[in-house]
Amino acid sequence: MATFLVRRILGAIPIIFGVALVVFILFNVVGGDPALMMVGKHATAQQIADIRHEYGLDQPLIIQFFHYLKDIATFDFGRSYATRQKISDMIANGIGPSLSLTLPAFTLTTLVSVALGLLVSYFRGKVIDRVSVILCVIGMSIPSLGYILFGQYYLAYELRWFPISGYDYSFPGRFEYLFLPMILWLMLSIGYDVRFYRTAMLEETTQDYVRTARAKGLSEPKVFFKHVLKNSMVPIVTNVVLEIPLLILGSFLFETFFGIPGLGSITIDALHNSDFPVIKTMAFVTSLLLIFGNIVTDVVYALVDPRVKLK
Amino acid sequence: MTTLTAASNVSSDLSKPLPKGSSLWALGWKRLKRDRYAIVCALIVAFYFGIAFLSKMDLIASPWDIKVGDSYAPPSSESFKMWLGADIFGRSVMYKTIYGTRTAIGIGLVVTLLSIPIGVILGSIAGYFGGWLDELIVWFYTTLSSIPSILLLIAISYALGRGITAMYIALISTSWIGMARVMRGEFIKHKSREYVIAADSLGASHFSKIFKHILPNVSHFIILNFSMQFMGAIKSEVILTFLGVGVQGIPSWGNMIDDAKLELARGVWWQLTGATVAMFVIVLAFNILGDSLRDALDPKIK
Repeated sequence: MATFLVRRILGAIPIIFGVALVVFILFNVVGGDPALMMVGKHATAQQIADIRHEYGLDQPLIIQFFHYLKDIATFDFGRSYATRQKISDMIANGIGPSLSLTLPAFTLTTLVSVALGLLVSYFRGKVIDRVSVILCVIGMSIPSLGYILFGQYYLAYELRWFPISGYDYSFPGRFEYLFLPMILWLMLSIGYDVRFYRTAMLEETTQDYVRTARAKGLSEPKVFFKHVLKNSMVPIVTNVVLEIPLLILGSFLFETFFGIPGLGSITIDALHNSDFPVIKTMAFVTSLLLIFGNIVTDVVYALVDPRVKLK
Repeated sequence: MTTLTAASNVSSDLSKPLPKGSSLWALGWKRLKRDRYAIVCALIVAFYFGIAFLSKMDLIASPWDIKVGDSYAPPSSESFKMWLGADIFGRSVMYKTIYGTRTAIGIGLVVTLLSIPIGVILGSIAGYFGGWLDELIVWFYTTLSSIPSILLLIAISYALGRGITAMYIALISTSWIGMARVMRGEFIKHKSREYVIAADSLGASHFSKIFKHILPNVSHFIILNFSMQFMGAIKSEVILTFLGVGVQGIPSWGNMIDDAKLELARGVWWQLTGATVAMFVIVLAFNILGDSLRDALDPKIK
């Protein structure tokens, strides 16, 4: 297990280097003069020179890149241009709200979808199965913004069941604001997920071990919950891996919509303020989160599937 | 199936025609023709393409940016342009929805037509040659796919300036990856098959083996990928435009939904409805069509 982890982490290093390179090229090479973007058109030459010096932009590109790698290694991302806050503090403040939304929403979605997928595949070929497949395809074709706008307007504004937007940093208090985004998250992903898990589980039901289980006289529910569910863990984990990048997109969408001060909101605000250091850092840090998430799911993969060798 | 196509490939080299076998495509077409839902969905997609083309030629919904009624005039059946009412400036929402169709189809076409060749070429080179070339290409796409697409897009629109070009580049730079992964896997599988070895022993060049021999046998993945990517591009446009990094200045479904955010509280639902329904129908058609294509072109089902 330990060697597996070490290998996996070492394997991530060239990828992290690649991400740093892409981010650096986009912001420091293609992006024109960041100093000019930050101070605007009416700055004096002296102001521009000061900014360039403060951010080390007056040095050769290769030196800048080495500085950037050093900053990354020490988690020193400098300060925001717009708010003068330390970016590492901004991330530390933003990650809590982001995770408070994405983790419960994603867990809830996965649990509900797996349960429904199992139920639907149990009733395969029956009316309930056909109706749910049709509902799933319709559900996954409705634009995600449609769900969010409708939910915010109808459930929060008209019916006043939930606050329209906002956030509360206190611990149980925050969930009052996060409840509606979570429900909408569930609604907009359930169509795709249930259909995916149904297909995965139906594929399992044609395997020999299912026939054997039935032949030895196990009841149908037992076949499903003991054998099919266990063996479906591999496609379930595969889907979870595939959906990790969607967590970041989801957090952007929901945070800007519902005014949740997470990483997504910080980045969108930075974009509107042309806040160069913040966008650059966010691009790198969210990539790191993604790479880290992939390592975690690889480990989970190895744990649920004995066929994956921990070499 | 593979042995059949393999045989016909060899025969073309020997210029001796075999009796016409049923190729993957012929079989797929035969299955698809029997699938009524698939035909309906293909017609719907064709209809959207037609609308987009007519709008591009300025034959319908033109001009979209003139005042046709009062601000927020509700929908009425008196004339086609008022079917979906008017927006804040009194412009026809129906015309904006049609123009949005043109924007969406345009984005879908640009993104798929540019990203699929990139994915096919890089994926097939990586899978066919292997070695350091493979490692380089895999490293490149793993790196790109490790940057969340929304962040890559924000970074690109920061670097190149916001607007539709930045969005094209961002969508293309992420959407070729899926195609490349599939192609790489298929080429690894196919390069050691008998028909490729046969072509090799007849003196076929690498180029001819990649494009004349292997590619036709894996081409059905391109069609599947096309329908998936097209749909993905349409969905991305809406989300990105909504977040403020997409289409600006021309009507798009994303812009319309963005406007609707503030309109709903005043009871103005028609702009949201126009954009959402237009998008729902084409995404639904692509979803069903994609499934039918997958079934029709699956060589495992006979």
